[in-house]
Amino acid sequence: MGKVVLVTGAARHLGGRFVRRIQRDPEVDRVIAVDAVEPVHPLGAADFVRVDIRRPEVAKVLAEHDVDTVVHLDVTGTALGGGGRTSVKETNVIGTMQLLGACQKSPRIARLVVKSTTSVYGSAPRDPAVFTETTPAKALPSGGFAKDAVEVEGYVRGFARRRPDVAVCVLRFANILGPRIDSPLTEYLALPVLPTVLGYDPRLQFVHEDDVIDVLRLAAHEPRRATQNSGTFNVAGDGVLLLSQCARRLGRPTVPVLLPAVTWVGTALRTVGITDFAPEQIRLLTHGRVVSTVHTREVFGFSPRHTTAEAFADFARSRGRGLLPPEALAGAVDRLAARVAPGAPSGASTVHDGA
Amino acid sequence: MADAKVIPFDDDRSRARRRPARADGETAAVRALPGPQEPEPPAFPGAEEPAAPVAPGPPAARGDWERRLAGGLAFLRRRITGEYEVDEFGYDEELTDQVLMSLLRPLYEKYFRVEVKGVENIPDKGGALIVANHSGTLPLDGLMMQVAVHDHHPAGRHLRLLAADLVFVLPVVNELARKAGHTLACAEDAERLLRAGEVVGVMPEGFKGLGKPFGERYKLQRFGRGGFVSTALRAGVPIVPCSIVGAEEMYPMVGNARTLARILGLPYFPLTPTFPWLGPLGALPLPTKWTIQFGEPIPTDSYAPEAAEDPMLMFNLTDQVREQIQHTLYKLLVQRRSVFF
Repeated sequence: MGKVVLVTGAARHLGGRFVRRIQRDPEVDRVIAVDAVEPVHPLGAADFVRVDIRRPEVAKVLAEHDVDTVVHLDVTGTALGGGGRTSVKETNVIGTMQLLGACQKSPRIARLVVKSTTSVYGSAPRDPAVFTETTPAKALPSGGFAKDAVEVEGYVRGFARRRPDVAVCVLRFANILGPRIDSPLTEYLALPVLPTVLGYDPRLQFVHEDDVIDVLRLAAHEPRRATQNSGTFNVAGDGVLLLSQCARRLGRPTVPVLLPAVTWVGTALRTVGITDFAPEQIRLLTHGRVVSTVHTREVFGFSPRHTTAEAFADFARSRGRGLLPPEALAGAVDRLAARVAPGAPSGASTVHDGA
Repeated sequence: MADAKVIPFDDDRSRARRRPARADGETAAVRALPGPQEPEPPAFPGAEEPAAPVAPGPPAARGDWERRLAGGLAFLRRRITGEYEVDEFGYDEELTDQVLMSLLRPLYEKYFRVEVKGVENIPDKGGALIVANHSGTLPLDGLMMQVAVHDHHPAGRHLRLLAADLVFVLPVVNELARKAGHTLACAEDAERLLRAGEVVGVMPEGFKGLGKPFGERYKLQRFGRGGFVSTALRAGVPIVPCSIVGAEEMYPMVGNARTLARILGLPYFPLTPTFPWLGPLGALPLPTKWTIQFGEPIPTDSYAPEAAEDPMLMFNLTDQVREQIQHTLYKLLVQRRSVFF
């Protein structure tokens, strides 16, 4: 008999994609997709059950469908279709508590996968440059999605202690990018002019949504030979991009703003309700964050197919041209090179090669 | 400990007094001055010999100029389109090589006229931990050490400095530091760099050394808690002691405005004969003559991995490194003719 997989957060883009993908796996018998709102995208052959995971009904769903694998994707930073920060926090924290409570009572549960984020490490200037899974955060996130994720992970650890027979996998994702991903960061990168913090150039890491689906599948199935898929793992594309590099590759000009002003403007905009730009986002865009994926590579046996730069390039292609498209700038430099140094021997030829 | 510091100083002074007599007073000193510079001019045309005969007329010079311009434009093209690489520490090798080092080089070559000795003691391949003394109120000694390794090492190695957390709190400074390849002085970062086979520079005295009063110049402070030794041991890389002479006198710190420092959140607020009395002009360092000497590497690969947990061994090794740096400092001070030449 195959597995019965329950996926929370199915109404979101990532949840929907994962539901559609996992049902094609031969080991999987049935997929139960769960969310509090009807999904707008098709879910294939999966059974959609409209249930709010903040309510105890979720336990009934687990029992009714003989679920043995739970993939908890409903830990997110933004509300789906309106709703403020309060409801997001409730879904994240109370929802996770309810779901874990239900799992604890269900004897059939054998595997739990939880989507978390690398923002649990926080972002501080006094942190080491690269976080591993065991690095304790110097400053715990004080609020927002990052704090939710810290609390969710705390409950998941408690669950893993109480149910040692269940394989628990926590995946800490770097900023997920993809053509159709909506997150505070993609919202920020969609601005025509990017406000940055004066005097800081944060290091950022991205993970492509295709890789997110792949790693979730690996975690939801039995571990492959010589790998282990229970534990906590960082998932991020190889390499690092600086925010200034991102802006140039997107072709968007940046406006450096003093840090106190950034915080003040962010608070003002949040109060008015224009954007949900949390202080933790500002910290990320000030100090940056880089995680090590060695543990994921060696123990979990997963290497992302897209590097950070490739994930970003894919994202950049899906967005409109910025005010300063890199191709136009490169073309301008090439024309300048052709004019001032037409017969330059080696250097100019490399310029033309690059064009 | 205090005796150990005083005796070599006396030794130093007596020898210094002896030397002028031997060197026939001022004329010798003046003649000796161009000494170290003299070999340099012949070395330069020598290196450019193949290029020099090609450049008798203007066309070749023009070609060279055009090549440089094209190279500059290619660099500009990569920069404005964001098509360059940084490593996980934020180190931007291209920017460091092309821009940051070029900005520091005049300071290194013309202002402090740094003389580098024993750069070949840094291995050509693999990780190494360079441990240096720290002085001079502003951490220019670290930057000069970086230029020294960058410009003089035969294998063209890049020095990755470990910097105090204050560096990464300050705007602009943190950005430049990361791009120049510096990272936070913590065991995790140091070990990660060493395991990646990088040459890592550390100044274990930290602010104690940097902000010590002028009267204590060239007296090494406590070497932290010796964490650098256990990091080197765990990574199995040699420790290269490095002594820097000349940085101490660039800002003679005669006083420390403690209250002001506390208000500004700084470890110390230096008062020098010129700063802050002359305003920004007083912040100009004195043009002292520097010597950077890299010493014999101390291998650590003979120790078992668990040796890093042995505090006694750590203290001994820390002392050994410290003694070697202090000893070399005294030796260099004895050889030095003057602070400024």
